Amino acid sequence: MSKTFTLTIDNTAVKAEPGWTILQAADAAGVYIPRLCGHKDLVPHGSCRVCTVLVNGRPQSACTTPATPGMVVDTATDELKEHRKRLIEMLFVEGNHFCMFCERSGGCELQALGYRFGMLSPRYPYQFPVREVDASHPDVMVDRNRCILCGRCVRASRDLDGRSAFQFVGRGPEKRIAFNAADGLGGTDIEAADRAVEVCPVGAILRKREGYRVPIGQRPYDRDPIGSDIEAKAAAAAGAGEED
Amino acid sequence: MSETDAAIAEICERFGNDRTRLMDIVAAVQADRGGVDGSALDAIASAVGVPRVEVESLVTFYAFFSDRPKGGIVIRLCDDIIDEMFGAGKVERAFREALEIGIGETTPDGRITLERAPCIGLCDQAPAALINDVPVTYLSGDRAREMVAELKQHGDPRKLVHRLGDGNNAHPRVRSMVHNGIRKRGAVIFAEMERGAALRRALAMSPVEVIRDIKTSRLRGRGGAGFPTGMKWDFTRAAEADRKFVFCNADEGEPGTFKDRVILTECPDLLFEGMTIAGYAIGATEGIVYLRGEYAYLREFLEEVLEQRRKDGLLGKSLPGRPEAAFDIRIQMGAGAYICGEETALISSCEGLRGDPKNRPPFPAQRGYLGFPTCVNNVETLCCAARILEKGPGWFAELGSKGSPGTKLLSVSGDCSIPGVYEVPFGIRLDALLEMVGAPNAAAVQVGGPSGRLVGPDEFKRMICYDHLATGGSVMVFGPQRDLLHVVERFMDFFVEESCGYCTPCRVGNVLLRQKVADFRAGRGAASDFAWIEELGDTMKTASRCGLGQTSANPVLSSLQAFRDLYESRLGPDRGDAFLPAFDIRGALAESERLAGRASVVYTGGEGEG
Ligand SMILES: Cc1cc2nc3c(=O)[nH]c(=O)nc-3n(C[C@H](O)[C@H](O)[C@H](O)COP(=O)(O)O)c2cc1C
Ligand code: SF4
Ligand code: FES
Repeated sequence: MSKTFTLTIDNTAVKAEPGWTILQAADAAGVYIPRLCGHKDLVPHGSCRVCTVLVNGRPQSACTTPATPGMVVDTATDELKEHRKRLIEMLFVEGNHFCMFCERSGGCELQALGYRFGMLSPRYPYQFPVREVDASHPDVMVDRNRCILCGRCVRASRDLDGRSAFQFVGRGPEKRIAFNAADGLGGTDIEAADRAVEVCPVGAILRKREGYRVPIGQRPYDRDPIGSDIEAKAAAAAGAGEED
Repeated sequence: MSETDAAIAEICERFGNDRTRLMDIVAAVQADRGGVDGSALDAIASAVGVPRVEVESLVTFYAFFSDRPKGGIVIRLCDDIIDEMFGAGKVERAFREALEIGIGETTPDGRITLERAPCIGLCDQAPAALINDVPVTYLSGDRAREMVAELKQHGDPRKLVHRLGDGNNAHPRVRSMVHNGIRKRGAVIFAEMERGAALRRALAMSPVEVIRDIKTSRLRGRGGAGFPTGMKWDFTRAAEADRKFVFCNADEGEPGTFKDRVILTECPDLLFEGMTIAGYAIGATEGIVYLRGEYAYLREFLEEVLEQRRKDGLLGKSLPGRPEAAFDIRIQMGAGAYICGEETALISSCEGLRGDPKNRPPFPAQRGYLGFPTCVNNVETLCCAARILEKGPGWFAELGSKGSPGTKLLSVSGDCSIPGVYEVPFGIRLDALLEMVGAPNAAAVQVGGPSGRLVGPDEFKRMICYDHLATGGSVMVFGPQRDLLHVVERFMDFFVEESCGYCTPCRVGNVLLRQKVADFRAGRGAASDFAWIEELGDTMKTASRCGLGQTSANPVLSSLQAFRDLYESRLGPDRGDAFLPAFDIRGALAESERLAGRASVVYTGGEGEG
């Protein structure tokens, strides 16, 4: 495409299209920037802050910041990696995450990032909040104990499913996910096949009667760490040369 | 349709069933019914055409809205640190006893609700409270009991005002007991003003010339961030769009700040003139004043001033000598959320949304309110702009210090003999200020509110200006008798309460920091906690999405810097085991012991079974 431009990511010149975010440019170049609230099919949210990078030396969220010509981006300084690890640990202690019996273990993006960053145990004290589970829907359940407030379900339900079944209520540490019905999830029109159910990065939204279906060893992050798919593209892109 | 549904439908109709006016709609329903319950959520949602959970999302965000019914009278006791120092605790106890309810509760007859509120902008008249819209000041336990008796009798908070305050506080549209407390008048804000003079001078120039004057004056924002005002106006002017907006940020939520309250009371014409000049300069025809809910008692008065300016041809479809230039202003009420002072959160709120900040870029000057270029300025900044057009940029630039021209309004409170509002030239030394306000023995000063810095005597020689001790106006003085760690903990309470909760570092980080300060206060700090605090603070500063989280670690970080010995004196004993002092093994065991019905053999020396 004619309007393609160049920016620098981690000392390498990288091509981008107008309208791309830094995260998209990095993805295309095979540079994995960790993310939780960001999702390729959803408008950016900018809430988890795990994708924080340095743009011309200043911290910015890669998922919300447009890539611009000549921009210089650092994605993986030692300090940035430390910040990311701390953010992941904050999310772990904020909720109640019991990986050993969670249905999403092995497929959970929070857990996978914990492994990727070499987190052994969080340096922050567990908060052990009391949170509600909503199992009132016949096919889907929501366990707020595991919710990391990424807002993926809110955006997917509104923009992809056309339902707006989810939204946040409350503020600060009291902020939580809520449903578009007086009587909880069961009162909404969501269906098990909705994208809103599928995009949850953790085990907070689950299809009923499907838990533990994938055997250990075959779960998404059992073999390769999260981000490997994107990093694999780096090699492919290098090999593919100038196809555009 | 039920009767209440019809009443709600009528309210929504009054605001054109416009979802961007949800703040006004919800406020009206709240006032009408004492709360926005499930059926009201449904009724509003269907009238405005949004999912019900969107309305619930907004209602549960703002402290002044509630999804459960409250009394027709809501008493909000200011619970900031200054009020606490001046006896807010006693006042609260008196209210609780007289009403026979606790905080957050409503009397059994459903008439009166008792709550706490963060700084309501009356620290110089503490302890203070809001009873519905009515501010009540200089409270005592006796006065609290009297007021409850009066309220039980006549039920009208306005009748609690027996003596009127000075200046426009006594205006028939205000009728408030609040005092201005203007202690020092400078040349910029509190000087005499000839209505319309600045505006006429601006309108005689081209918009580009107006902006040039503002740039020449080197005026910087008075709201805290200190961004050059001329540049902001220029960016907004340069953005291409059919509509543009001038916003006045009158949210004044930083604890210890109350100078905008006094400007709004005594100099509204100067402010509106500044907004009109800004509108002309950037090519905007619409202005919005975002007035914090706590200042609702000033609303009618401000509306009247606006109406008078329309009558005098200073606002409206054309401006003096410029038939092609129009400008008008409306007031948008806030509803109890500090974060809405952050300019993009303020815009969200005006759009009828939760007060979540927005992603930047785009900046408001490019795409702000409803997607249109929007220039957001503080009350005082806009007043300075008007004065610059009246007196000339050179005159202004001569005032103050080199990098910080002009005067600054400081709201001074705490342990000093003359609290109030001081208009001083920028560059004044802190010790000179402390002398002026009658605080020769100050042990510490919080400059710039909780998001600013706690400084000790070592730094009293420094200047108040953008480059040294920066402040949006808040100066809180603490005498030697105060427990500074307690002050820090209360500031962290504030941030935990007021974080919007959107981003991880702020939502979680503030809670963790508050917990750590509490650990120190309880004598459970560990030497390793110093690095822990600094690292966590660094992540909050670096990764938070907006200025709240980027600065909310400051109370801990700056007190650790200035008063490290205070923390060191609260280190827990090194017990020679691997446990951190913050881990309270006894506390952790207590519940297990209770459930097991016996004491731990290892830790409590209890008897083993059998
Ligand atoms: C949490 C937070 C609260 C703020 N509160 C206020 C406020 O109450 N009043 C204000 O003028 N600016 C406030 N600001 C600063 C505004 O975002 C913005 O910078 C300012 O209104 C711009 O006006 P100025 O350039 O004239 O200062 C706040 C910022 C943050 C991050
Ligand atoms: S820093 Fe984050 S959580 Fe805190 S107020 Fe800003 S957006 Fe909200
Ligand atoms: S992925 Fe960018 S903030 Fe969450």
